[in-house]
Amino acid sequence: MKFVDEYRDPALAGQLLAEIRQTVTRPWVIMEICGGHTHAIMKNGLDQLLPAQLELVHGPGCPVCVTPVETIDRAVAIAARPEVIFTSFGDMLRVPGSASSLFMAKSTGADVRMVYSPLEAVALARQHPEREVVFFAVGFETTAPGNGMALLQAKREGLTNFSLLASHVLVPPAIRALLSSPTNRVQGYLAPGHVCTVMGWQEYESLAEEFRVPIVPTGFEPVDILAGLLMALRQLEAGRYVVENQYGRSVSREGNRAAQRVMAEVFTVRDRAWRGIGVLPASGLVIRDDLAGYDAERKFAVESIRVRESELCQSGSVLQGLIKPDGCPAFGRECTPEHPLGATMVSGEGACAAYYRYHRTSHA
Amino acid sequence: MHNLNPEDFSCPLPIMEYETIQLAHGSGGRLSAELVSRLFLPRFGNETLNRLEDQAVVDFSQGRLALTTDSFVVDPLFFPGGDIGDLAINGTVNDVCMSGATPLYLAAAFIIEEGLPLSILHRVLLSMENAVKGAGVQIVTGDTKVVNRGCCDKLFITTTGVGRVPEGVNISAAKLEAGDKVILSGTIADHGMAILTSREGLSFASRVQSDTAPLNGLVAEMLRVSPLIHAMRDPTRGGLATTLNEFAASSRVGIMLEEAAVPVRPEVRGACEVLGIDPMYVANEGKLVAVVPAQVADKIVAAMRSHPLGREAVIIGEVVADKQGLVVMRTTLGAQRIVDMPVGEQLPRIC
Amino acid sequence: MCLAIPGRVVEIFQENGLIMGHVDYSGTVNKICLEYVPEIEVGQYTVVHAGFALSVLDEEEARQSFAAWQELVQAVAAQGTDIFGNPLEK
Repeated sequence: MKFVDEYRDPALAGQLLAEIRQTVTRPWVIMEICGGHTHAIMKNGLDQLLPAQLELVHGPGCPVCVTPVETIDRAVAIAARPEVIFTSFGDMLRVPGSASSLFMAKSTGADVRMVYSPLEAVALARQHPEREVVFFAVGFETTAPGNGMALLQAKREGLTNFSLLASHVLVPPAIRALLSSPTNRVQGYLAPGHVCTVMGWQEYESLAEEFRVPIVPTGFEPVDILAGLLMALRQLEAGRYVVENQYGRSVSREGNRAAQRVMAEVFTVRDRAWRGIGVLPASGLVIRDDLAGYDAERKFAVESIRVRESELCQSGSVLQGLIKPDGCPAFGRECTPEHPLGATMVSGEGACAAYYRYHRTSHA
Repeated sequence: MHNLNPEDFSCPLPIMEYETIQLAHGSGGRLSAELVSRLFLPRFGNETLNRLEDQAVVDFSQGRLALTTDSFVVDPLFFPGGDIGDLAINGTVNDVCMSGATPLYLAAAFIIEEGLPLSILHRVLLSMENAVKGAGVQIVTGDTKVVNRGCCDKLFITTTGVGRVPEGVNISAAKLEAGDKVILSGTIADHGMAILTSREGLSFASRVQSDTAPLNGLVAEMLRVSPLIHAMRDPTRGGLATTLNEFAASSRVGIMLEEAAVPVRPEVRGACEVLGIDPMYVANEGKLVAVVPAQVADKIVAAMRSHPLGREAVIIGEVVADKQGLVVMRTTLGAQRIVDMPVGEQLPRIC
Repeated sequence: MCLAIPGRVVEIFQENGLIMGHVDYSGTVNKICLEYVPEIEVGQYTVVHAGFALSVLDEEEARQSFAAWQELVQAVAAQGTDIFGNPLEK
């Protein structure tokens, strides 16, 4: 595949690794905040190939993992309504809420359907005017423009039976919270390449300056990640702290203006709870008041939800990079992908699931 | 035979009173008899089946019998590269022959939803007829039931197959030994991605072709050059990863794979990347994985490559004494990762 | 987070008032909304996430990155500069 295979070239990756080994002179801690990076690192075994001085910490960049239990409970409750066709990306279907997941809701009669694009959900609303089509709009800045476009399209077509259950989160406030934490150990960041494709990298410049951390928007193939790590490492070794763009073929400083305009038209920024972390200021997107008719949360009142979460689960510490997944006492014992205690074990992008899947040799 | 398009046939659909399946078609009365005599027998008729007894009585020489049964509930019924009909034949033929057995006879049971158009059933039967001929087996007994609308999804087919295991052949998932080679007959993930890309809601405009095929000819070719195959399976649901994990667990050994050696068609890989799906976990319906002693591996691969269904046969790894119960893959970059059992169905993901 | 894959635009059309296109990933084609990359032309590559094209891939930039990496491969230690041309400040 063009724009893929070149970035998986073992020879080039090997040379970048050699260069990383040559560059590092002392221990550094770099966080890849994006779950897509975590996944690629584990799948390719990059962490095994890096010099021991370079420690990678896996960040909370998995929208599935940080979606609050309450939101999943709300989704399950809305999906259970007989008039509703509940649509979702595949990711959210297995994630457990307090008592049920969307898959379990489906098995007890809810009409839950998987879609690839939010526009498929709009098409369902068009085909089924007698039903209420709800789309579970999760994701970071990468996904918000598509979900926003779906809402605007429903509005343009005059579809009153379409709504979003919106649970969008934003990356820069999470980085700010992590860097502000007294327990922070992270000295450099790989920034999420596809979030930056939409938002550009300018909003990371103040973070790099204020906290004196290199931030490198990075692509998702092995060569991209190694090149991104090398760029961050060079800055750390040289005492430089700026945003440097590894993913120039897709990311510009300004990002995608058209996408940003639609996000602003549909959503507004709010404080928001991240599962395992807590409420982060101005870190979420909710549907604007003038579009309240397309907001499933307002359209379908859900009676008081009582959230239950596992007491053993330490996914919060994992998401904050305070412990590695296998540092949790429940890892691989009480908590496995078959019986997950927390979302980091459910989502394929979750650090715990990625560890369990690719990295269990020492526990097996 | 894999490019069969029943619509190209001059339609031999017998003129029936009804255009759709009625509950009465499963009642055991006149309509049932008519369905069998006009739709089923012309497709599969043979001396044994034509007797229409409640059981098939067939000759069977002494030796060991391989017996398997499998239900087919695929949605959609027709997918690129195949349909539920050839899948139901090939799947059972393959399960029989993975023991090294020569598949001989099949039984087929149909559960049909009331209201299914007869033309759909007819298309499926045409394709089954073709698959039966392709695999060189006979359907010798069968059953049809019609259930109320909503009680099943259009059409379910269960096929049961028997075959004869040749002398000296003893194939089992528990027989892997350190040093054995792991051979794969061709590209993985074709069938599962054909089904997934046909699915409503996933926006695909072009589709991947299923690999559904009967593997008994290929197996016969392998056994001709060496009966020493230790383990063999067709990696269907759960994909190659699941089959190899089952092997490793049964034999208490490790399996070390080379990522770069596992073939995936470019368009299948493209579809997997789009949906975030790992081809190692995706179903195949015309591929086999065999574990054989190192000294006969090259000979068996060569024999496989001489057969149309094994042209891309390749050694993808080997059995190791350590890493007991684990399947480990050496990545293209030289690192190692565990290839675990899948938890559930592979779901398209956006993150 | 945010699985996005590069594909080549093979057809551009309108559907329900939106700019849509068919995007080819090594032989598999799916339907993608191109509203966020209205400037894209058939033959160009785009990064696609959840049914939406998010950027037009910059082939010139990609070529330059590779050129830089190849140079790194050959000359980095000797020259004392990093792969992005910055002097090594050791």
